[in-house]
Amino acid sequence: MSEYILEMNNISKEFPGVKALSNVNFKVKKGEIHCLVGENGAGKSTLMKVLSGVYPYGNYTGDIVFKGKVQQFNEITDSVKAGIGIIYQELALFPDLTVYENIFAGNELKKGPFVDWNKTIVHATGLLEKVKLKVTPETLIKELGVGKQQLVEIAKALSKDVNLLILDEPTAALNEDDSENLLVLIKELQNQGISCIMISHKLKEIINIADKVTVLRDGQTICTLDASAGEVSENVIIKHMVGRDIEDIYPKRLDRNIGETILELSNWTAYDSQLGRNVVNNVQIEVKKGEIIGIAGLMGSGRTELALSIFGNPKNYKLQGNMKMYGNTKVLKHTSEAIKAGIAYVTEDRKGDGLFLLQDIKSNVSAAHLKGVSKRGILNLNEEVKVGTEYKDSLYIKASSLEQIVGKLSGGNQQKVSLGKWLFTGPKILILDEPTRGIDVGAKFEIYTIMNELIKEGMSIIMISSELGEVLGMSDRIYVMAEGSIKGELTMEEATQETIMELATQ
Amino acid sequence: MNFFGEAKALVKANIRDYGMYIALVVIMLTFTIMTNGLFMSSRNISNLLDSAGYIAVLAVGMTLVIVIRHIDLSVGFLAGFLGAIAAIFLTQMGVSVWITIPTILILGALIGMVNGVLVAKIGIPAFVATLAGMLIFRGALLQVTEKTGTIIIKDDQFNAIGNGFIPSIMQINGLHLLTLLVGLVGIILFVYNEISTRRNKMTYGFEVMSNGLFSVKLVLISAIIGYITWILAGYNGLSWTVIIMIIVVVIYHFLTTKTVLGRHIYAVGSNPEAAHLSGINVQKITYIVFGSMGMLAALSGILFTSRLQSATTTAGTLFELDAIAAAYVGGVSSAGGVGKVTGAIIGAIVMACLSSGMNLLGVGISYQYMIRGGVLAGAVIFDVMTRKQRA
Repeated sequence: MSEYILEMNNISKEFPGVKALSNVNFKVKKGEIHCLVGENGAGKSTLMKVLSGVYPYGNYTGDIVFKGKVQQFNEITDSVKAGIGIIYQELALFPDLTVYENIFAGNELKKGPFVDWNKTIVHATGLLEKVKLKVTPETLIKELGVGKQQLVEIAKALSKDVNLLILDEPTAALNEDDSENLLVLIKELQNQGISCIMISHKLKEIINIADKVTVLRDGQTICTLDASAGEVSENVIIKHMVGRDIEDIYPKRLDRNIGETILELSNWTAYDSQLGRNVVNNVQIEVKKGEIIGIAGLMGSGRTELALSIFGNPKNYKLQGNMKMYGNTKVLKHTSEAIKAGIAYVTEDRKGDGLFLLQDIKSNVSAAHLKGVSKRGILNLNEEVKVGTEYKDSLYIKASSLEQIVGKLSGGNQQKVSLGKWLFTGPKILILDEPTRGIDVGAKFEIYTIMNELIKEGMSIIMISSELGEVLGMSDRIYVMAEGSIKGELTMEEATQETIMELATQ
Repeated sequence: MNFFGEAKALVKANIRDYGMYIALVVIMLTFTIMTNGLFMSSRNISNLLDSAGYIAVLAVGMTLVIVIRHIDLSVGFLAGFLGAIAAIFLTQMGVSVWITIPTILILGALIGMVNGVLVAKIGIPAFVATLAGMLIFRGALLQVTEKTGTIIIKDDQFNAIGNGFIPSIMQINGLHLLTLLVGLVGIILFVYNEISTRRNKMTYGFEVMSNGLFSVKLVLISAIIGYITWILAGYNGLSWTVIIMIIVVVIYHFLTTKTVLGRHIYAVGSNPEAAHLSGINVQKITYIVFGSMGMLAALSGILFTSRLQSATTTAGTLFELDAIAAAYVGGVSSAGGVGKVTGAIIGAIVMACLSSGMNLLGVGISYQYMIRGGVLAGAVIFDVMTRKQRA
């Protein structure tokens, strides 16, 4: 047998009109952590779908050699049987079932025709220990945070005797602590002889963990870098990913033209009657014209809740305190009033509550400001196309046409559509919630550039982000949140990764 | 691109929409051949369209309800109940037709909005809320007709809605002149509208169909309108029911495709959370859609009562399911955000064609139900397959 557990040779896959993969070669050694990187749309997910049997044998050309045998997977269960476990970015757990039911869902342990629940619980306990998750197997999934749910997914994969574990952006939704834990776990699994393919956009963690890095671009293998030979570094990866040098991930902003205070919150408290607690607690902040405010903090620290409480309060929190815009007290009772007042909120979950995935680009762009393309309630569809084209061009949205369904765009392009939708409302304050989550380096750079242009035009941006690098690279001033409160305000001179984390974990 | 290449690309891109029209034509041709032309006779087509009317208007409303991810089971007996109220107004209370009809329509809209409030404000699942409504209106219908039994209506103006035809100015070779004129006006309006839309697009510099294909489209659709008009003119001409159907479709088609309200309805159906965050009042849209459904149920009740010239104790039975079937045959998706008003009408006509054709062939009622069920399943399967293909 060869030293490789997996060899994918000359894999090509075509969709109508697009060549998604052309002659891709990808090899993973036994017990190796192999990171797969590339911009969105480079073909990473497609390659993994070919490997796991989502696209059945015959649907692509080329060979998959796994454990020394040429494999012909017709469906996902075939690849699972062979020993390949895949964990998707969107977790596939049942929130109302327990941890042990989830781990063995579809793979139930049986005694005769019946499920053997006692055995299931015993095995589940063992697996939970293996992934270092300290919860009882009877816990309901919905009671766990995303980080712990991720671990349950891994336990589920381990329950099926995997030799090769595929993780698709496992840390995208995790905070720094949970990410760190996950990476430690992956290394431990490596020691137990499990090979791992990890798709990620976070270059730091790749450098931290990878034995090998393979870069895909436009459906082709660009190169495979070897960490032990010292070939893996942030600059090298980025260069191969985008096919050009990016001198700095964060574009420089030369003229900072900060004006008068636009938004002021004082003693701002939001009570969530469903959770029965204050999700935002006694917050004081101010936002000036032409500045980027960074709001840092861990997940669940109340950042999104703060944004929603400003943006017309769609979750119906009980609000207290005072909000002033341009010195006048404002009470916004509905998102439509917030939009009218000049606030826009680009949501953190673009697929969940940001975009109309079944609709095309132009109707998404116009959705929050149909007044701009209509007269007395009657739409001017041609005007809408014109507006759509303007944003498609100015935001560099890559799509075959304006009629393209938004659900089929890559993450970065979806984010730009979402951004376009809110820019069309003509906001004075733009709230960006995790503006670059799950999008590639090239698209990130474009979004940062756009942000800088908007600031130059006099807009103010509130940027909520879990990525410390982004907060440090883009902000003019940083508020750090934890447990619903502002724990501190930092100027750019004071702010470092350490000072932020210190406040966030107070 | 050459002519056929362009035509092929167009069909491919719109396979779901065109598939429905093709299915309708195939069904019509099949029945015409099997009945030796009797199916396409003027009299049969006229009857068929009249019998489709009260389901078609319900299907239009139901499509929008399903687009916003809800359902309305109450509309059948609501139609029956409001039809009976109309009959009572006309016979026992002596109210004139001109007051009765608007009152009933407004009453329907208000009852629909109550459904909307139950669903959007109080948060009861639409299935349950309207199931309750279905039981209540069934009881209410029995209650109001309890003493009298079937209420016979002798008002000629009211009965004309379901049985009458537009007046003929004169007959030419046995053809109904006013009907021909209406058809001609329809064709002219259609051609004018298409040409001005195209010109407007060109001034914006957008891509449009090539001249050849565009002319073929104009000629083809004009010919279809002309042919249907000619068939209808051979009997008694356009019926008031068909006129009402056309008005409903034109209004709702305009509303759904060309207005902010229409766009908001599809936005709510496609992603309610995103709609809310986009400043759309989801509750208000839900009230409006259910209100419109109630109003169309009232219209359906008026059409049906007028067609029977009486209000019966069982009027409206299973209308809601026929309307839901027509909406699904017409391409609405229960996942929300997808579905067209024109599709709903075609769906209703497809179902009416099946009934009429099978009646002419003397197919037993038991088989009729099975075949209609099969067509419904087939339409949805086709829908799912074409969606997958595009994905």
